[in-house]
Formats: sequence, structure tokens, C-alpha cells
Amino acid sequence: MNNLKNFTKGFFRENPVFILLLGLCPTLGVTTSAINGLAMGLATTFVLIGSNVVIALIKGLIPDKVRIPSFIVVIASFVTIIDLVMSAYVPALYESLGLFIPLIVVNCIVLGRAEAFASKNTVFSSLIDGLGMGLGFAFALTLLGGLREILGSIAIFNWKIFEGIARLINPATDYTQPDGILVFVLAPGAFFGLAYLIVLMKKISK
Amino acid sequence: MEYILIIIGAIFVNNIVLAQFLGICPFLGVSGKVKTAVGMGGAVLFVMTLATIVTWLIYTYILSKFGIEYMRTIAFILVIASLVQMVEIILKKISPSLYQALGVFLPLITTNCAILGVAILVIDKDFNLTYSVVYAVGTALGFLLALVIFAGLREHIEKLPIPKAMQGIPAALVMAGILALAFMGFSGLV
Amino acid sequence: MAKKESTFLNMTLTLFIITAVAAVALGYVYNITKEPIQKAKDKKLKTAINIVVPGADKGTIEIETVKIEGKDLFIYTVSIDDKIIGTAINSFSNNGFGGLVRVMVGFDENGKIIDSDVLEHKETPGLGDKSSKSVSNWNEQFKKMDISIMKDKTLKVSKDGGEVDAITAATITSRAYCDAIQRAWTVYVETIDDNSQQKETTETEIIEENTLETKTVDIVEPNEGGNDNE
Repeated sequence: MNNLKNFTKGFFRENPVFILLLGLCPTLGVTTSAINGLAMGLATTFVLIGSNVVIALIKGLIPDKVRIPSFIVVIASFVTIIDLVMSAYVPALYESLGLFIPLIVVNCIVLGRAEAFASKNTVFSSLIDGLGMGLGFAFALTLLGGLREILGSIAIFNWKIFEGIARLINPATDYTQPDGILVFVLAPGAFFGLAYLIVLMKKISK
Repeated sequence: MEYILIIIGAIFVNNIVLAQFLGICPFLGVSGKVKTAVGMGGAVLFVMTLATIVTWLIYTYILSKFGIEYMRTIAFILVIASLVQMVEIILKKISPSLYQALGVFLPLITTNCAILGVAILVIDKDFNLTYSVVYAVGTALGFLLALVIFAGLREHIEKLPIPKAMQGIPAALVMAGILALAFMGFSGLV
Repeated sequence: MAKKESTFLNMTLTLFIITAVAAVALGYVYNITKEPIQKAKDKKLKTAINIVVPGADKGTIEIETVKIEGKDLFIYTVSIDDKIIGTAINSFSNNGFGGLVRVMVGFDENGKIIDSDVLEHKETPGLGDKSSKSVSNWNEQFKKMDISIMKDKTLKVSKDGGEVDAITAATITSRAYCDAIQRAWTVYVETIDDNSQQKETTETEIIEENTLETKTVDIVEPNEGGNDNE
């Protein structure tokens, strides 16, 4: 497929979360806010691009029977790199994402793309595939995170909506906004939010 | 006594699937057959406990000793992958029928985030070996419980008229959400 | 796809080489990120201590670890120019609604509370989480409280005969918060009494870099992570 189609498929037609239903653990686990979802998506994109490229590069050197373990080592390496880099330079975000960063290594999307695409295509298309799928994943996570944040904390990207508006009207106000629909930033809300987003996205991508 | 608290906590209060969101893929993928759910849960129990022991030992006596804790992710996932291979081979020999029933789910245990998740959790929480094993067993039992309940639920709703757009995964997710809501009632138990 | 034969030698060799290359690459990244990671950890600790002992980010912090009921309690003695300006203690309570609650509380030289805040908890959002400064002003009431002059020298919620206003509908969390501070205060009082009969005290002044033990952190300027560990 041509490069543009290869890149955009990850957003709607073959969105890893909404259509392929992969990578659901982090999708449910870190989307308590939009920024968390976005950060997780970008971290996964980094791993996807790295592993896709490396695997596409060395695919000819790997005996078929050790293919999966080899892919896993490559993926785990990139996961460790992003883990170290994030804990060094964005410690607050790193803490919010917690356990799910090392868990990128078992994100079915990453191994899935390595197996289905990178092991059979050129380095450049594998890069585009990784980028597209990764950003599509980030898109899905940010969407769910945003939805949960707006409904659950009445905020978006940590900007408290009601308080922000109040401050625009009267900068000296000390208004504190009420709680949102808390269930959305808790476990059940993740399930509900994802369920309805899937229905919505399925309709849109038709 | 404390061990009982850990197990109860792991099964109900912090259920690995419904509260910590690990192990979602096999959870949603389980069919409406309670038997398969039990088999899957049992396999996870075995792999999770064994994996936790081995990874704990490797981390404490090899990685820490040489200051290469950062190799944790690679080491752990390789251990888990090997263990799953072993389980597959053993199961084929001991109980070919169970092996058939589990089918494609068995290799998928490798990518079950719950297993790697628990291995990492016990290290981060600084548990000693006994605590870690107890926690792993409790977590796996919680996984088993969630799976069995869910399989039972799915068996029932298969006969209900669900709008076409919601059929399949969306309905399953809503059910899981309600189940998670129910399990939230356990908080404060320990 | 794979042009290489799957002989045993090829398989083991490939896996070995890949892992070896990975180990080298990761070792390299680890070395680069080691210092920033340590700096980030120190900054986080300083910030947490600074909330309860204002000025800590400009001072020197001495760390002592004590084991109580199987869990660690951390005592941070903050000094500026060799004068102790306060002591922060990372204490805990097992009686939170969702389990373990960790509280950082700062005491002045007379044992009065300077300030406090929650470090980690699993309390209910909308209820127990109000114990955190980021959610509500509830824990402001603890400022300047002096446990030594309270009834039974115990910090309690008003329901239990004490002076603390519990969070509405979150009495358990409020009690746990008091419990954590009480524990810290007991340890603090023992420390300033120089009572060397503390059970299971583990004093560690290790300066090694890679250990997870405590170490003395020298901070000269704010925001400068100069780790002159001496």
C-alpha cells in the first residue's frame, strides 16, 4: 500500500484500539486524564517505531524458530530505553503511568506489528507503519483520557474547566469547582467509556 | 494471618482485572464457556506463581548483585516466555484434551500483562519471597474468579437482544464495568 | 522471511548476539540517565519535605531509617548552616480505608507540627482523598498542633474525643491520618530524647551511589542538584 495509506490506517480504519481491539490494558489503565493517555501513546509510539525499524533491518538474520524471542528482546530493549529516559526527564508523568511503561513490552500491538508487518516489509514502510499505528494508539488513548477527565474531574489537560472559566470572568475569584462524575476516573468508568467510544468509532470509520 | 489478608486483598479489593486492568485481553476473549475459563485461570495460576518465584530470584541474586537492574524487563519477559513454552510442552504430554481446549490462548499467556505486571509489582513493593508467592497466588485466584464470573455472565447474555452496534466487545466492556463497580464494594474489606 | 536455517547453533547464537547488543546499548543509556534519575528522585524528596518543613530545599538533609511494625519510617533532619530548622518524618498507617496511607509531617524543635500532607494512599476519590493538599484544605488544621499538650498525648478526631475535625463521611481516612502523625510524633519524641533503646533502629549513612540505602544529601543552592555526598 502507498505510504500515505500506510500511515493513516492507524487512525480510523485500522485503529489498534477501536477496531483491532489490541492494547486494551494500558488503554483502560492510564486514561484517567488526557495528558496521561497522550504520554502513554507517545511512549508506545517510540517503542513501535524503534522495534519495527530494527526488526525490519535484521529480519534476514533471524532463524525462524527463534523469531518471537528475538523480537521480544528487541522490543524489551526499546521499552527499557523509554523507561529510563522518562524516569530521568519527566518524572511526574513517569509516576502517573507507573507499571504500564514496562508493560509496553507485552502490548499486543507492538509484537503484533513486528510479526505482521516489520518482519515482512522494508525498513521505511515499517517505520511508517509503526508511526501510524503508534499515533493512532495515542489518538485513541488521548480521546478516552480526555473523555474520562472531562466527565470525571471536569478538567482537560489538567485545566479545571469551571474554575478556569470563573477566573476568566473574575480573575480574583477563589471559586473551587465541585467534583465531577467520579466513577469515570475510577475503574468502571474506564470500561464504560471505552465501550461507547468503540461503538462511536466503529460508526465513524464505516 | 497477614497472608490471608494479602490473598483476600488480591482477590477482591485489588482484583487484577477489575481494579488494576491487567489481563484484559484474555478476560474479554474468554468465551461463554466456564470450563475454558477455569482451564485458563488454572494455567495462569501455575505460570504466574512460577514466574514470580523465578523472576524474584533472578532480580535479587543476579540483577541486583551486579547492579544491572535495568535489564529487568528483558530478563523477566524472557523467563515468562520460556515458562509458557514449558507449560505448553508439559500440558501436551499430560493432558492433551486440556491442551486442545485452551488452543491459542496458551501462547497468549506470554503477553498476558498480568504475569509480567505481578512480577514487577512484587519487586517495586519490596516484598520478600514468601509475600511475593502469596501475592502471586492471590492475584491469580482473583484472575480466575473474574474470568469465571465473566464467562458465566456471557453465557447468559448470549440469548438477550442486544443492539447490533453494541454486540460483542462493547457489551462485554459494559458488563465488565458493572462487575468492576460491584467489586469496588469490597474496598475497605482489609 | 528468515533466510537463516533454524539449526540449534544458529538459534542460540542469534539470540545471544541480540541480547548482548541489547545489554550493551541499555548499559549505555543507563549510564547517561543514571544521574538525571537520581536528581529527579532527590528533587521529589526535597519538594515533599519542603512542604512540611519550609526552607528544606535550601538546607542540608540527614536521613535516618527506622523500622516499625515491619515497615519503614524515614526521619529527615533539616538544617541550614548547621542549625536544625525542623524534622520531617515519612510515616505510615495501615488503617486507611484502602489500606496503607503514607503521610509526611514536619515537626519543629518543640515537637509542634509545622505542616503535613499525604504521600501515598488508596483512599476513596471524593472522600478520603480530601486528606491531600491537592484536593482540599482539610489538613491545614494540623498546622501548629502540639500533641504533647493534648488529652492522653494522642492526636484524635473529635468523634473519639480529640481535637481533629474529621473529613465528612471519611472518618476512617481521617483516623488513619492521625494515626500516621501519632506514630511519627512518638518516634520524633524518642529521637530528641536521645533514647538509644529504640527497637530495631537501622541507621544508615551510606554514601554509595547505586544502593537503595539512605544517604546524606548535601544541597547548596535551591534547584541545583549538587550531590557532594560527604
